[in-house]
Amino acid sequence: MEIGLHHYLVLSTILFAIGLVGVMRRKNLLMLFFATEILLNAVNISFAAISHYYGDLTGQMFAFFVIAIAASEVAVGLGLLIVWHKKHNNIDLDNMSTMRG
Amino acid sequence: MFEAIAFYLFAFLTITMFYIAVTTSQALYALSALAAGMIFISAFFFILGADFLGAVQIVVYSGAVMALYAFGMMFFDTTREVKEKQGNKAIIIGLSTLAALMVVVIVAAPIVGNNIEALYPSVDATKNVQEVGMVLFTKYLVPFEVAAVMLLVAMIAGIVLAGKKMDLSVTLMNEAEIMMMKEEDKNKKAHS
Repeated sequence: MEIGLHHYLVLSTILFAIGLVGVMRRKNLLMLFFATEILLNAVNISFAAISHYYGDLTGQMFAFFVIAIAASEVAVGLGLLIVWHKKHNNIDLDNMSTMRG
Repeated sequence: MFEAIAFYLFAFLTITMFYIAVTTSQALYALSALAAGMIFISAFFFILGADFLGAVQIVVYSGAVMALYAFGMMFFDTTREVKEKQGNKAIIIGLSTLAALMVVVIVAAPIVGNNIEALYPSVDATKNVQEVGMVLFTKYLVPFEVAAVMLLVAMIAGIVLAGKKMDLSVTLMNEAEIMMMKEEDKNKKAHS
């Protein structure tokens, strides 16, 4: 049984769908961050798979930059989350409506 | 044969772990499941011959990102159960349809792009780390430096945002000082 590019792409799609479901149903912002990590990882799998099956290193390069962006996103996002939690004592998304017009 | 077994095993494990991370109501379970899923994902990178990417995945995600989340969770009340949102049905159905459409596009993309030629073809699959180094430090040098600057900016932003009042240590203060600090905080909250 040969594992082809389609297997990896389907797996990546399933993981991406799981991440999307998480983004849609979570109210806690920390859990939303977890779902975002799942989305980024699903994309990384398809990058690596395409890079392997086309014999091209560009996909892996993009995966590296995605990982770098994810790391910096976590650093800034957690800092903002801590500041918000100190001020309002919860991190629910529904309470963050001060910017609503 | 072994590749197929490994693929299906790790696919099952990854999907299970991420499903737990998305559905559980305990923040700590979600964190552990997510960390496990990250390590299982690195297995795919090793199967695909992207050794360096797999190592980076373990170091950065399971090491740095998950440790950062674990430290961040010390600031939050994680024992409390996470309340879920009762979402708007129309939005969920619309987004699910969009996701299904995306599946079709993703599966159809390799068929459309059959005539793609490798921009930086890999010569020998056994020397993945050297090839990555060659391409990263020649063709992708500028993005690499920009990413480094971006990480520095993110680090400074994290320190500035989270590091307020870090110079105060509750263990080194006596009771009266702690009470005074609490009173000040209460007054500040009442004013704002």
